[in-house]
Amino acid sequence: MNMFEGADYFDVESLLSEEEVLIRNSVREFVSKEIIPVIETHYRNGTFPIELVPKMAELGLLGITFPEKYSCANLNYVSYGLINQELERGDSGIRSFVSVQSSLVMYPIFVFGSDEQKNKWLPLLGKGEKIGCFGLTEPDYGSNPGGMLTKAEKVDGGFHLNGAKMWITNGTIADVAVVWAKLGGAVRGFLVEKEFKGFSAPEMKGKHSLRASVTSELIFDNVFIPEENLLPKTEGLKNALMCLNQARYSIAWGVVGSMMTCYDTALSYAKTRIQFSKPIAAYQLTQDKLVYMISEITKAQLLNLQLGRLKDKGNAKHYQVSLAKRNNCEKALEMAHISREILGANGITDEYPVMRHAANLESVKTYEGTHEMHTLIIGENITGISAFE
Amino acid sequence: MKIAVCVSHVPDTATKVKIGEDGKSIDPNGVTYVINPYDEYAVEEALKTKEKIGDDSEVIIITLGSDISKESIRKALAMGADKGVLLKEDNQRDSFGIAKALAEEIKSQGCELVFCGKQSVDYDNSIIGQLIAELLGYSCVTVVVELTIDVNKLTAEREIEGGKEIVESELPAVITTQKGLNEPRYASLKGIMTAKKKTIEEKPAVDSINLTEVLRMHLPPSKQTGRILGTDKSAVPELVKLLREEAKVL
Ligand SMILES: Cc1cc2nc3c(=O)[nH]c(=O)nc-3n(C[C@H](O)[C@H](O)[C@H](O)COP(=O)(O)OP(=O)(O)OC[C@H]3O[C@@H](n4cnc5c(N)ncnc54)[C@H](O)[C@@H]3O)c2cc1C
Repeated sequence: MNMFEGADYFDVESLLSEEEVLIRNSVREFVSKEIIPVIETHYRNGTFPIELVPKMAELGLLGITFPEKYSCANLNYVSYGLINQELERGDSGIRSFVSVQSSLVMYPIFVFGSDEQKNKWLPLLGKGEKIGCFGLTEPDYGSNPGGMLTKAEKVDGGFHLNGAKMWITNGTIADVAVVWAKLGGAVRGFLVEKEFKGFSAPEMKGKHSLRASVTSELIFDNVFIPEENLLPKTEGLKNALMCLNQARYSIAWGVVGSMMTCYDTALSYAKTRIQFSKPIAAYQLTQDKLVYMISEITKAQLLNLQLGRLKDKGNAKHYQVSLAKRNNCEKALEMAHISREILGANGITDEYPVMRHAANLESVKTYEGTHEMHTLIIGENITGISAFE
Repeated sequence: MKIAVCVSHVPDTATKVKIGEDGKSIDPNGVTYVINPYDEYAVEEALKTKEKIGDDSEVIIITLGSDISKESIRKALAMGADKGVLLKEDNQRDSFGIAKALAEEIKSQGCELVFCGKQSVDYDNSIIGQLIAELLGYSCVTVVVELTIDVNKLTAEREIEGGKEIVESELPAVITTQKGLNEPRYASLKGIMTAKKKTIEEKPAVDSINLTEVLRMHLPPSKQTGRILGTDKSAVPELVKLLREEAKVL
């Protein structure tokens, strides 16, 4: 069976409940059997393994924190974190799919949607029968989405939407897009459905990162949005940022999965690769790298678990989420580079997962708030002075 | 109908096992345990059978072992089984001792259909299913790769050396499951949460004698490193000579 054992130097598992361990193990097994065997081919071909969506839905991975009446599993945030960690051990692109569907599509519908919107969309999205995407970033507005140009205008029975979004995960395969646009000066959320006239979502090509994930432009050319597709409880940019906070949480956990597989790969390689008549793991320089890796993994795991417990009590602050996202993404990317070094030339091939993780993590460090923006968010919180607004 | 599935909790085949201090048991330290892979086919087939014949049937997981074996019972419950029974036993029993206790429990639960993995990957005796059938007077079909069940009759395809055999049998029966029979489902997140509310009954395993005793355990000899005789055709005569005289494979 060859179950991935993860890396758990501080017995962090003992801080999890029995169900949390079972959930992690079930997803871990799913990743080993369903994702790892197909991912390199998809990555090379630049395709998203869409055939995995029904399987992930059946396992219950989409929208796991939402109530059972929407066909979701109603689990806690630590469990949500754990499934992201396991999925990203497979590939950041697969984890991105689940984060977007759960945190950026189902979450805003759940929190800002009408009862009709919730009853219609949440079960479909939870069962994977419909796919969603989240459109905030624009070609000219990345780190400062508040400047967005996409606009909605009130017309009879609804709105006219004009503008464009860029870098949108799942865009081309989505049945529904949660789109943020200015309506009379305030940023509001709209549900834009695939078949609406004037809406197109061409896929962006030429990525060297997240190749097993779909990234798209969203183009709105005078698209008519019926009244009932406005998310009624949205009132400003802060609502979009609330969604990002959810997704950032899932990323903070996700990248630990990448770290674990990069560490695991480097450790077993170092123990078996012989140079100068000894395994390279016997050299102090290599040991230093491996020790650094396991230290950073352990810190990130403890950070995530405490963040998750805070979130389950409703006490996690946005700057704490920023700290975890910022720290863990930076360290994960560094781990992938170190792992690549330990593997020497082999490290650049697709026989090993590390180069793919390294390339993926470049995106993960940038999206959902760049490393710098999270620095400024935490900086603002501790000094009381905003460096960006 | 009540359907029993006998499940064992075994060291993951990827774990490096070490022999304990007594020289005749596995040192449990650092060993990861999993549900016996062949038993996953058994659980899946039991669930499929239940789904086919209707909801008033019940899938009961029966395990003999120590407290840690409950993990595998939980997993089977999370896959969808209805309840679990742990027959508590902290000492290692031989196959007969295990089968005896399982058979007693199957009888008292009144199960007419029993699924077991074709073997347990810890001791690899491949015999529990057959012993249970013998002890209960049930018919037994082993190494099954395809199964259809109709009211009181079953048709099974089983693997035999170099081919397949189709077997028909009446119930009650014991089926031992082989890879290929089905694709075991994952424990879904909802399944895991529902399993929390399902009961695992715990009771001491009934006493039994062991008919065999393990005297000693050995790890297989470690592989010798290869030898390079040369890199062009001049090495062939020497290679042939060694294959004949040393390796004795020609
Ligand atoms: C693969 C992928 C998928 C994505 N998916 C989505 C999605 O689904 N939905 C969505 O809405 N967006 C998505 N994004 C967009 C992503 O969120 C943005 O790329 C990100 O917010 C950064 O914006 P930008 O690329 O325009 O960079 P810019 O904002 O132009 O930043 C460029 C550089 O300048 C730095 N910088 C900017 N402002 C400051 C400042 N004040 N002080 C110091 N440094 C600063 C940044 O940190 C960065 O290093 C995705 C991106 C990628 C790569």
